[in-house]
Amino acid sequence: MRFGLKAYIGLFMLFLYAPTLLLPVFAFNDSTIVAFPLSGLTFKWMAALRDTAALHSATLNSLFIAVTTATLATMLGILAARASARYKFPGRGPIMGFIMIPMALPEIIIGVSLLVVLLQMGFNLSLWAIILGHVLICTPFAIAILRSAFQRLDPSMEEASLDLGHSRFATFMQITLPLIMPAVISSFLISFTISLDEFVIAFFLSGTEPTLPVYIWGQLRFPRKIPSIMALGTLLLLLSLCILVFAEYVRRRGARKTGIEDQGGMW
Amino acid sequence: MKIPNRLRNLLTSDAGRGLTLVSPTFLYMLLLLVAPLTMIVLLSFWTQDYLDLDRTFSLKNYSEAWGELIYQTLMMRSLKISMLVTMATVIMAFPVAYYMSFYVDPKHKPMWVFLVTIPFWTSYLMRIFLWKVILGYNGVINGSLLEIGAIDAPLEFILYNQFAVVITLSHAWVPFAVLPIFVTMEKIDRSLLEAAEDLGDSKFWRFIRVTLPLSMPGVVAASLIVFIPTIGDYVTPKLVGGPNGLMIANMIELQFKKANNAPLGAALAISALFLVVSVALIFVWLNRKYLKNQGED
Repeated sequence: MRFGLKAYIGLFMLFLYAPTLLLPVFAFNDSTIVAFPLSGLTFKWMAALRDTAALHSATLNSLFIAVTTATLATMLGILAARASARYKFPGRGPIMGFIMIPMALPEIIIGVSLLVVLLQMGFNLSLWAIILGHVLICTPFAIAILRSAFQRLDPSMEEASLDLGHSRFATFMQITLPLIMPAVISSFLISFTISLDEFVIAFFLSGTEPTLPVYIWGQLRFPRKIPSIMALGTLLLLLSLCILVFAEYVRRRGARKTGIEDQGGMW
Repeated sequence: MKIPNRLRNLLTSDAGRGLTLVSPTFLYMLLLLVAPLTMIVLLSFWTQDYLDLDRTFSLKNYSEAWGELIYQTLMMRSLKISMLVTMATVIMAFPVAYYMSFYVDPKHKPMWVFLVTIPFWTSYLMRIFLWKVILGYNGVINGSLLEIGAIDAPLEFILYNQFAVVITLSHAWVPFAVLPIFVTMEKIDRSLLEAAEDLGDSKFWRFIRVTLPLSMPGVVAASLIVFIPTIGDYVTPKLVGGPNGLMIANMIELQFKKANNAPLGAALAISALFLVVSVALIFVWLNRKYLKNQGED
């Protein structure tokens, strides 16, 4: 039984990681056709990325969107997470449930409904339209991460600061915020990663300026471009991995500092 | 300006502070979720008249969305694919969550959670595209099967159909199924398992009578988390589905963009959401009923 379970876990991990493991293989494969057998090692696909101007502007668009989204989602997340972890207020359950809805809504619904509203109100599609949509889907993730940090917080620290004559605002800035900083950083990084990779909403809301995933989607139609897209994907994979490992590291260090047992992240 | 005492008391009470704090996020969601959804519901009752919108109330889009064969087919197919994906992910995820919760050293549990979630954080488009590479004519599976001589010619039935869509979507969503089941299992009081064993249950019956029923809330949560968003997937059917694997989201996109019939697209989107939420509610209701009956035994 035990052996069977372990064998299954092995197969499951293979299934889970199969696409991720193939990505670098084709990024360095010396052939325009993305298929087996492999032809040899090359760095030309990586080199091609350096000379593609459209890719660079798409990257800049995506970075701008991701940084703005992560900042706004984390700020909205701090407010809501703090409210739900610290205060009892009428309608807390339904309000928090409502705020978490975008997590479970098909992205295409969010994409088309924002598209309709923005066009009806006479706005032009721009990077800001995408930011509005991304903040919507990132905020629930930010709240999930931040809420557990606020719940772990020892209220006596804040009380001590208030008793010693700090205002509520000063207490929050000087006591509370530093204590939850690891969760703030991880919420920022997770929101950043989600926004950087999000395609469906960006696809509906991008006007003339594509984001990175929208650019990739356009390139996937041209078989000749696919190997360099694999190279790009490998770089993005490395970037996401670095961000995630860093987020996890910060979160764990924070958990250790507050002396509470690690509960395994945002979940 | 002097703030009346009553208002000040309200604002500095716990309830007042909580509501004030939560209000920016709440307002954001109202403005950018509820208002657009309302708008799209309104739009679905209007009609497209070439370049103009006819804003008189009409059920024409809905009669088209529910009456025409092509939309019915797409809707039913999407529902079927979402259900298959939900079943596949839950069945795949359950043993993994079980292993993580009952066999992995507590020290290593956070690492396992991390391991299971990593693929979710790698590029969504790339992952789907790579399934095309894995399942394709010259793909990984065909290549290896040819190599070992198991087949003489590449298998063609594994790409560009609903099967490929189900595999690819299951892969994308399986981390979301593992986590809720794992979290629920972590909450199971281990002394209940000892009690079952002390009272003479074998390992098998202990699993059937204690672990499985207590994990059901996690299974239900996992099913909902996977089922509802899956119906709206646009990229997977387009990349690996082929002509018979297209889903309702592809049609919604077509109506909003190329076909320039946003009201019909809106009606399709609302109908799909309505269908998927209804099925989800029935599922939750059945589950409650079943679990409650079991509790009364």
